[in-house]
Amino acid sequence: MHIPDGFINAPTSLAAGAVAAGGVGVSLRRAAQTLQERQAPLAGLVAAYIFAVQMLNFPVAAGTSGHLLGGVLAAVLVGPWAGCICVAVVLVVQSLFADGGLTALGLNIANMAVVGVFGGWAIFRLLRRALPATKTSVSVSAGIAAGISVVLAATAFVVEYAIGGAGGAPVGTVLAAMVGVHTLIGIGEGVITALTVGVVLGVRPDLVYGAQDLQAPLVLGSRPEPAAREVR
Amino acid sequence: MRSSNLRRFLLGGLLVAIALALVVSGFASSAPDGLEKVATDKGFLETARDHLFADGPLADYAVKGIDNERLSTGLSGLIGVLVTFGIGWALFALVRKMRSGSEGDAGDPGASKDAGSARAP
Repeated sequence: MHIPDGFINAPTSLAAGAVAAGGVGVSLRRAAQTLQERQAPLAGLVAAYIFAVQMLNFPVAAGTSGHLLGGVLAAVLVGPWAGCICVAVVLVVQSLFADGGLTALGLNIANMAVVGVFGGWAIFRLLRRALPATKTSVSVSAGIAAGISVVLAATAFVVEYAIGGAGGAPVGTVLAAMVGVHTLIGIGEGVITALTVGVVLGVRPDLVYGAQDLQAPLVLGSRPEPAAREVR
Repeated sequence: MRSSNLRRFLLGGLLVAIALALVVSGFASSAPDGLEKVATDKGFLETARDHLFADGPLADYAVKGIDNERLSTGLSGLIGVLVTFGIGWALFALVRKMRSGSEGDAGDPGASKDAGSARAP
């Protein structure tokens, strides 16, 4: 899923770079408002874990492999704002490994850290609302949302390819091929995400942002911010 | 006690990430990924240009100079995990400081007001 240099022309890459910068910028501001102190190392760990699992390509079809993108995993564990930053950090570090073009960094952050994280997070929220409030629902919702988020990110690539793609391949066939193979990769993404979320829910359920409602229902109504604002 | 539990969780999680990147990565599929495969099939793979760091010391998840493929991949993964963890932790700690700065201290309302308005959207 990492776009190399050259696939997408410079204007489209720049536009995607603006989307990426906007998404990460808003995420930084929102994360600054919401992140708790103990979540800083945790978010670092989530980024490191995603880096590790992104190395683990699994076969999906004859001569094709896929790997975790991690957007929904990050969003469910540390929230969508910090999750977006986690995936963006991973993509930047991967530049050292010559993975994903430097001129395509904006495209890759837009697809995986913005579309993948926030699109997947929206689906996760919908599923959580539809399913009973249990730990199993959290894992299942995370898995399904993660799988769909891969297809969303793949579709975002096709949009970019339609606008400024090189090589002149017909957009319709690129779309069909991208959605087809990434549906398969999405199954792997879903399984890895559901398993990881399930393990963390088993060990430290209080650390799972997407399961906060299961933790302390009484605290929900009393947020400390308004009082702090009055003091100021 | 809570924080020591958290420390244990972080250490455990980091060890899992290291084990995956250091050991399991050697057994990962080396087949082209979904996008690369589609680009090959649809005839636009050759529009890709070499990465600026294609000859870098960690290019393609291998440590330059280490010939054993699994060891080379594994060590590059270890480096990547530690670098990502470090950058991630530092960045998020910094992000958190942005907030504590904008909330300001009660003892210096003028300064905290400035910091707050500077960060207001």
